[in-house]
Amino acid sequence: MKYTIKLLLLFTAALLLSCGGKEEKKDDSIKIGGAKKEVKKEASNSGSAIDEAPASVRITLDNKGVGEVKDLPLDPAINQEMVARGAELFKTNCTACHKVDKRFIGPSPKGIMERRSPEWIMNMILDPQLMVEEDRCAKDLLVEFNGAAMANQNMTFDQARDILEYFRTL
Amino acid sequence: MIKSKYYLGAIAALALFFVGCQQGANNSGKGALASSAAEKVYVAPGEQDEFYAFLSGGYSGNLTVYGLPSGRMFKEIPVFSQFPTSGYGYSEETKPMLNTSHGFIPWDDAHHPDISQTNGELDGRWIFINGNNTPRIARISLKTFETEEIIEIPNSAGNHSSSFITENTEYVVAGTRFSVPVPQRDMPINEYKSNFKGALSFISVEPEHGHMDIKFQLLMPGFNYDLSHPGRGKSHGWFFFTTYNTEEANSLMEVNSSQNDKDFIAAVNWKKIEEYVNNGGGTKMPTNYAHNLYDESTHTGTTTMKKEVLTVDPLDVPGAVFFLPTPKSPHGCDVDPTGQYIIGNGKLSADLTVHSFDKMIAAIDGKKYDGEAYGIPILKFEDVLAGTVKSGGLGPLHTEFDGKGNAYTTFFISSEVVKWKIGTWEVIDRKPTYYSVGHLMIPGGNSRKPFGKYVVAMNKITKDRYLPTGPEMEHSAQIYDISGDKMELIYDFPTHGEPHYAAGCPAELLAPKSQKIYRLDENKHPYAVTNPADARVERKGNEVHIYMSTIRSHFTPDNIEGIKVGDKVYFHITNHEQDFDVPHGFSMIGQNTSELLIMPGQTKTSIWEPKQVGVWPFYCTDFCSALHQEMQGYVRVSPASSNIKLSWSLGED
Repeated sequence: MKYTIKLLLLFTAALLLSCGGKEEKKDDSIKIGGAKKEVKKEASNSGSAIDEAPASVRITLDNKGVGEVKDLPLDPAINQEMVARGAELFKTNCTACHKVDKRFIGPSPKGIMERRSPEWIMNMILDPQLMVEEDRCAKDLLVEFNGAAMANQNMTFDQARDILEYFRTL
Repeated sequence: MIKSKYYLGAIAALALFFVGCQQGANNSGKGALASSAAEKVYVAPGEQDEFYAFLSGGYSGNLTVYGLPSGRMFKEIPVFSQFPTSGYGYSEETKPMLNTSHGFIPWDDAHHPDISQTNGELDGRWIFINGNNTPRIARISLKTFETEEIIEIPNSAGNHSSSFITENTEYVVAGTRFSVPVPQRDMPINEYKSNFKGALSFISVEPEHGHMDIKFQLLMPGFNYDLSHPGRGKSHGWFFFTTYNTEEANSLMEVNSSQNDKDFIAAVNWKKIEEYVNNGGGTKMPTNYAHNLYDESTHTGTTTMKKEVLTVDPLDVPGAVFFLPTPKSPHGCDVDPTGQYIIGNGKLSADLTVHSFDKMIAAIDGKKYDGEAYGIPILKFEDVLAGTVKSGGLGPLHTEFDGKGNAYTTFFISSEVVKWKIGTWEVIDRKPTYYSVGHLMIPGGNSRKPFGKYVVAMNKITKDRYLPTGPEMEHSAQIYDISGDKMELIYDFPTHGEPHYAAGCPAELLAPKSQKIYRLDENKHPYAVTNPADARVERKGNEVHIYMSTIRSHFTPDNIEGIKVGDKVYFHITNHEQDFDVPHGFSMIGQNTSELLIMPGQTKTSIWEPKQVGVWPFYCTDFCSALHQEMQGYVRVSPASSNIKLSWSLGED
């Protein structure tokens, strides 16, 4: 059964490759990485040019992602009330896959503020499916994390904002 | 509804093809193959139906949800039967829903669904359905489409003239088809006559949550109370029940219950009895019955055994109960949208008897009685008769209304639906059914406001309608377009179990409020883990409680050691998804029960009693993500004498 899935992934990757146009020589291990070549279909937010660094360490601060959050300036002071609420929400809704101290099913949120824009984080929490479909970094993360799609936890804007505030403290 | 002209073209081409193959066949009879019929039932991929239809599952014990006009089945809602698909009746939370005074009963015979009403119009809050065999009434939420409450009916048997509701859902009514000794006792069967009673139960429905409570039971003479419907509009406050076996036979009923030329429709002024009861009337009788209530915040059902019921002798409330003579063992008892006409479908007759509510009131006011039965006044047939529908059919069973002045009656023996005009009683149209039709349903067709676009005929016999599947087949249903003067058969579809009656309503009444998830922050289940860090395993003697959480695509924890042969292991599983349509399943090898299917935000519990030493896997049964196949775990089971420490983990934790 496992093989079926893997074969399917491979097949999908092959399909994507064949549609992707400008193919690039790429070595063995992660064939799924072929999905990266799908640059043409990306929305205009893809930020910097093709970056060889794995998505989890790639810095895409100028990319706001795709979704309802277009512009989110942050107050320089961290709001501790929001942090408290956000920490609680994170515990209930996110820790099944994200651990602060390590890479787990998904990446650790530690240091995320140095890699991603606030808008990108918000959009990823609020509509992960759309992000995976249309944002290159989100798509690469999906591939890097073994195809484990991030779950939509039906957070409200305010709840996602609280979680973001909590991330600022990590 | 048709989006693509190509489709029509294809249908037409197909029709031509068929026609071409049937040389010499008479094409004019192939109305249902005409593209116009196809167009009427075609709901294009991705589009949705105009109506919900809830069909009773009969001996499946459940309720099925269909779309009209497509005839597509969307869901089977478990009600009175265990349902391994979701774990209903198997999970610890839902087992109590099937408790009765006779113990746990995994099945019943579900009959007559009825949607709650406000001012005589469908309001889409709940749907009620009766269990016929071990008398019970269930209430199903039309937000979650789950059974929320089941109440057992004492002093009753063959709970058939049920579960019909009054026009503001003040009461859901349950009448007994089989009269029995009340209270039950050891006595000779042949002393039935004048000793057995027929209980008509009026169950109040609390307006906010719908909670049911037996307000009173009217202990009627020992006839068979077959079907019922509420008065509405001007007759609101009354309830009408058909009876048969007024002979009070107790054997060879087929013959002995069909001797009288006329039986009765019992007219019950429940408002009058309610007033009597509210003023302290009635007699409290010791009894024993189960009341099972499911709490949405704890996701758990509980059973309360009730020990008392309030009974009312009809003779103690003068002016509350009357008998309307009605020919030939009437079956269906239907009231038109205005509340003026009460239709008795005399199943051994060719004709329908229509009583007039106004004439009934006048006869009561004039005290024009034609004798009495056990002290209950019998009104004179001619005084209450509004008219007779001379149909020419045989075996009328049930009538529904289109809200445009027409009525539609099923005829079982002659297999047809007959359309007739209220007031003139003339037959306007008749169409064959396939075969031996029982109930029929027009959405809202037994309310003040029917939606008279389609009628669904539910048949008892299928025979050649579909590809044969051995001796046992699903029953067939037919959909007729009734928007014109003449009915038009537009579709056939198979139904599940044996649908006795159905209830339908416009899709927009329910679809927008249909619940998508259970909110994790509202989960009050005592064994819920709302935070994966709280996932744990606890031992209490030989009981082991596993507090487990799931999300795509893993269980927390997924490795458990320290379980021993002879333990009773409780898996309490909370689904941490908060997204629509992402249930997770759970199943454990060798478990003597069904799987669990856990909705987002929900907690369910399953028991496993390991009998063999080993390392035993469990897994998710619902394909949840690309990594679903990886969603599994192991439990190590050691000998009973082992002292392996209880431990659990996920990954390196």
